[in-house]
Amino acid sequence: MKRKDNEYYEGIASKIRVDVIKAVYHAGSGHPGGSLSAADIITALYFGEMNIDPKNPKMEGRDKFVLSKGHAVPAQYAALGERGYYPVEDMMSLRHLGSNFQGHANMHKVPGIEMSTGSLGQGFSASVGMALAGKLDNSSARVYALLGDGELQEGIVWEAAMSAGHYKLNNLTAFVDWNNLQIDGRNEDVMTVAPITDKFAAFGWNTLEIDGHDFTQIFKAIDDAKACTDKPTVIVAHTVKGKGVDFMEDQAGWHGKAPNEEEAMEAVKQLGGTW
Amino acid sequence: MADKIATRAAYGEFLVEEGKVNPNLVVLDADLSASTKTNGFAKAYPDRFFDMGIAEQNMMGVAAGLALSGKTVCASTFAMFAAGRAFEIIRNSIGYTAANVKVCATHAGITVGPDGASHQTFEDLALMRTIPGMTVVSPCDAVSAKKLLKQVVEMDGPAYVRLGRASVPVFYGEDDDLVLGKGNQFRSGNDVAIIANGIMVSAAMDAANQLAEEGIDARVIDIHTLKPLDEEIILKAAEETGKIVTAEEHSVIGGLGAAVAETTALKCPCRIAMVGQHDTFGESGEPDELLEKYGMTSADIVAAVRGLF
Repeated sequence: MKRKDNEYYEGIASKIRVDVIKAVYHAGSGHPGGSLSAADIITALYFGEMNIDPKNPKMEGRDKFVLSKGHAVPAQYAALGERGYYPVEDMMSLRHLGSNFQGHANMHKVPGIEMSTGSLGQGFSASVGMALAGKLDNSSARVYALLGDGELQEGIVWEAAMSAGHYKLNNLTAFVDWNNLQIDGRNEDVMTVAPITDKFAAFGWNTLEIDGHDFTQIFKAIDDAKACTDKPTVIVAHTVKGKGVDFMEDQAGWHGKAPNEEEAMEAVKQLGGTW
Repeated sequence: MADKIATRAAYGEFLVEEGKVNPNLVVLDADLSASTKTNGFAKAYPDRFFDMGIAEQNMMGVAAGLALSGKTVCASTFAMFAAGRAFEIIRNSIGYTAANVKVCATHAGITVGPDGASHQTFEDLALMRTIPGMTVVSPCDAVSAKKLLKQVVEMDGPAYVRLGRASVPVFYGEDDDLVLGKGNQFRSGNDVAIIANGIMVSAAMDAANQLAEEGIDARVIDIHTLKPLDEEIILKAAEETGKIVTAEEHSVIGGLGAAVAETTALKCPCRIAMVGQHDTFGESGEPDELLEKYGMTSADIVAAVRGLF
């Protein structure tokens, strides 16, 4: 895919962040912090990398993205909407009774969602299965997974990492959204996850470490992962929880809390959107 | 009733036969392929067999990913580690997504024997039955296991198949009809109905023959598919006999007995007694010794029937 200037992706990421704030505000609950930290990675994949077709969500041979940190799904809903899978306004029913836009994604309710996630670690494990299927089918398609840093505390993550390394799934790329915060506080206070790259390297992965808000670095890492012929790649992305909204940035309290109207309006303003 | 064959052995044979005609079939195991009998498939179709190591949770997650990519997946390990350890992955990644994964779990029940309580699973059917959309099967012999496995693999969606370690008598003939979701009546009788699954079908037949000598005419039904449950055959038995004894190599909490009791309580209340594991852990021992000690023999069924008269 021919890439555009960073400004293009930054503009889309801002839109996605605005959509996230509005949807979580209307829902009255949800996870803004980790949605905002992951927005740039999600934007890069959906708008600058993956071979997908919004008009044919089940297109044969498509690349797949699995949001293993399923609570950040408002960012994925927004990206799919902005990408043309459905009108982005649809996601404003987020978390309401009868809505297709569940608090954690249901793959059968929203086009473009490849895996129902929400229970941490499981999406990553499923992405290994998808990559394995790709190998069986001699497919050139790629599988991308996005994990949270706190999510790495789940045992299944390391079972999955071991298996992807063992089967040399070079068609699998995992991002870790390392914003260093989880519900109860900083990773190192709750349960240390560092060093992340060393752990993945020990399981046979190619490892990269980047600034997860710098599109030049994100795209270079994606390209480097594709160039790796014998290992899966993990891209450990340093990010800021609540990125783009000053009162949310680096605050654990914004992991799973909706803004009130005043806060939402201020957040949208800071992100360059209109209320 | 010449041969005794373990249902896990039938599973192993089924996989090799199915692998030949179904190139879409992928088999996963968690370092127990010699015990679960997936090793035959592994040898015949090494490209479509993946050992996931001693990591059952990830095996179920990978199975989901393969299935959601179009594969038909059989994932095997012991029942304890499939239904027990990996329950939530089966629930969320396989059940909730309606993935085409067949969890084929072996070494279920107390007949695992000497391995003892840590490996003796009495909870698997109860756990699997609570997952919406999950087909749950517990065949009684090698012939029915193969026939039901074929249907399980050909249907779309998640299923749990409970298989045993021990060699058990073959009841069904190759020409007998077996339909997923339809119970099979082995013996007619209107005094009492013995409703069984798994190895307890054999015990139920022995019990019925003994009861006949006492002048009690017992109907025997094999409910090989616990979900979807054949309510028709159960309610007919309740209506015509008024007395049901359930028999299973599983906890009486949440399994066949519970399913039968739930159905009859709501639609045709009748007297019920349950033979099974009564809310206790097992221990090491030979299968026959354990079945006797924990009350899962034909004599226990006979006693339960007498208690209803």
